[in-house]
Amino acid sequence: MDTKKMAIIATKGTLDWAYPPFILASTAAALGYETQIFFTFYGLQLVRKDLSVLKVSPLGNPGMPMKMPFGPKWFKSINWNMPNAIQAIVPGYESVATALMKQTIANNGVATIPDLRGLCQEAEVKFIACQMTVELFGFEHSDFIDGLEYGGAATFFEFAGETDICLFI
Amino acid sequence: MNFDKELDARGLNCPLPILRAKKALAEVTSGQVLKILSTDPGSVKDFAAFAKQTGNELLSTAEAGGEFTFFMKKK
Repeated sequence: MDTKKMAIIATKGTLDWAYPPFILASTAAALGYETQIFFTFYGLQLVRKDLSVLKVSPLGNPGMPMKMPFGPKWFKSINWNMPNAIQAIVPGYESVATALMKQTIANNGVATIPDLRGLCQEAEVKFIACQMTVELFGFEHSDFIDGLEYGGAATFFEFAGETDICLFI
Repeated sequence: MNFDKELDARGLNCPLPILRAKKALAEVTSGQVLKILSTDPGSVKDFAAFAKQTGNELLSTAEAGGEFTFFMKKK
């Protein structure tokens, strides 16, 4: 049987959207898929050396529940959604939301992004960074983890054209 | 049931039980049995799907008090 293959394009650079590419890639690798992730635009944040740049923002995101990760059950079940106008003017709102999200993640036994990324690397998921957006955003190769390859759209297609599953996230 | 290695994946959520199981299976030889403990309700379907796709045999699945026990035989 030929080895199955999966390619993912990761375009989002927030803590919440960091999960789908790394969860799917690590699981695919565990299932025996040869897996590649192409990081472009904001997705480049997922391959930075410093992952503390990843934040989650409830602003303009009506689907995001804002619940407290501590306290009694009745308190945890309250939804603290605020109007956008208020979220926008409160300094540090995103940082607080990010800290609460990280606590919720830990409470639920969900892996951290550094862990999941490490598991992908261990499983030999290939990471490719879009050289064009690296330059566009003024990044240096030294901003990124070791073991990255740099390429463009044609590099992506070389592998993606032979895959069984190909996702844009 | 007899087993050769045990994996405690209790408290872990998707996809960690699968990833840890994959790693644990790499440490046993063909025909040996891995026992897996999990509290993730999603892992019931996930381990069945994992077995089907990797060729390892899921010998049994059991639930007691919110805890799941799987026995998987390495291909």
